[in-house]
Amino acid sequence: MKKLVNDPKNVVDEAVAGFGAAHGDIVRVSLDPVFIVRTDAPVSGKVGIVSGGGSGHEPLHGGFVGLGMLDAAVPGAVFTSPTPDPILAATKAVDGGAGVLHIVKNYTGDVLNFETAADLAAADDIEVRSVIVDDDVAVKDSLYTAGRRGVAGTVLVEKIAGAAAERGDDLDTVATVAEKVIGRVRSMGVALTPCVVPHAGEPSFTLADDEIEIGIGIHGEPGRERIKMEPADAIVDRILGPILEDLPVTAGDKVLLFVNGMGGTPQVELYIVFRRAAEVLADRGIEVTRTLVGNFTTSLEMQGMSITVLTLDDELTTLWDAPVHTAALRWGK
Amino acid sequence: MSVDVAWAEAWIRSSAKVLSEHRAELNTLDREIGDGDHGENMDRGFQAMLPKLDSLTDAATPAELLKALAATLISTVGGAAGPLYGTAYLKAAAAVSGAAELDGPAIIALLTAGRDGIVLRGKAESGDKTMIDAWTPAVDAATEAAAAGASAALILAAAADAAEAGAVATEPWVARKGRASYLGERAIGHRDPGAQSTALILRCGADAAAQA
Repeated sequence: MKKLVNDPKNVVDEAVAGFGAAHGDIVRVSLDPVFIVRTDAPVSGKVGIVSGGGSGHEPLHGGFVGLGMLDAAVPGAVFTSPTPDPILAATKAVDGGAGVLHIVKNYTGDVLNFETAADLAAADDIEVRSVIVDDDVAVKDSLYTAGRRGVAGTVLVEKIAGAAAERGDDLDTVATVAEKVIGRVRSMGVALTPCVVPHAGEPSFTLADDEIEIGIGIHGEPGRERIKMEPADAIVDRILGPILEDLPVTAGDKVLLFVNGMGGTPQVELYIVFRRAAEVLADRGIEVTRTLVGNFTTSLEMQGMSITVLTLDDELTTLWDAPVHTAALRWGK
Repeated sequence: MSVDVAWAEAWIRSSAKVLSEHRAELNTLDREIGDGDHGENMDRGFQAMLPKLDSLTDAATPAELLKALAATLISTVGGAAGPLYGTAYLKAAAAVSGAAELDGPAIIALLTAGRDGIVLRGKAESGDKTMIDAWTPAVDAATEAAAAGASAALILAAAADAAEAGAVATEPWVARKGRASYLGERAIGHRDPGAQSTALILRCGADAAAQA
């Protein structure tokens, strides 16, 4: 497997150093412990927003640090949660006196490490609230699993909660806005090829040339079913069905439609997917009023994509449209 | 045969040695139903504690060493195991804070608080195929042994025996917590790596007391 790396042990450190060098106008980076903060952190009187998780999903989360979105991102090793120390350090670095919101994807390691960091921050008199994103409808949310996984919907939670914090909402309000997004966003993905974790050097799972995994997780975890390759439209239909079954949406509602690439799929294919997804929503009388297409929550070099639908209202639309200036998303500034 | 700060040091040192020896075995268990790094992570955490033990020679109580171990594991292990074991040692230390020597009731308090810390942090229940399935039988067996008037060392031995049996008992189960829970039936036939590391650690505690 060919990769543009040096020593696999240094992948995250070198990538974060490069990210800081490339985007010094937006972020500064700390390498020990590893975290990324916006250049003007802490912003006095503003709720700080911190997210993080294993590396390998770029631009999530570092690419979303900046005005109107995250105050800090904490990257762990590839596909491994960061420990509480860097999360705590990032939390302290962005505390402007109005408290800090942690946005956490629902994976056991992430949840536990962020919880521990929040306890430590509380001991230092920093008020921390946490929200857990669990938008992946591929996984059953039952007493018998760790619950649904947090995937690409996290980008929308970070953008909208970030806008609420930027306009001056207090910690409770920002957390409530984030929870509102989480309640109204659903995602599901598909993998055409596996990904290769740099220090493992081998694919994290195997798929035959003519097979795809419907409902893939962003670390290559198994999904709902493994099927033979199909035309794009048929795959979109398979993925959008469960999303719309679970999403609180009815004819006449407005939605944000987000087609996310997993890292190895070209834009031309993502737009073919978008076209079909928009058609299906239109057929159901659902109006797509906001859109996002591109590689935003990736799984290294995996080929595949996920579809995310967020049911909008006026407040969420306004917050989505609010100015944002990060490495990976920027408009309205 | 007193369970004191020397015991706590011996417990931690032998845990580091045993986890190092079983690193590959724990990785293999974890690869089958998780992400394959449990042995790696536990070994890294306990190895990081060894130099700290060398500088904690003034410690007078088991709680001081266990608290330092908690902080070390939380900051070095990562994944789910770091916060879970870290919380266990932190709560265990708090339960016996200030005591230079641990008697039967103190050992029960230590084990119970450790287990409760993991339950609090991980929200797992017995039968979910997690480290709780080693901890809870250990607490129950220790409590029974104490009620029967066993010495501190024998209480720890009863706990270790029960933890080992508990880890083995997870093999035929479906997992309900952690990454293994997404595997459904595919988790059947595999021992839970966290329950196995708990069994190894509690055995070290018992052996340290027997030799103390």
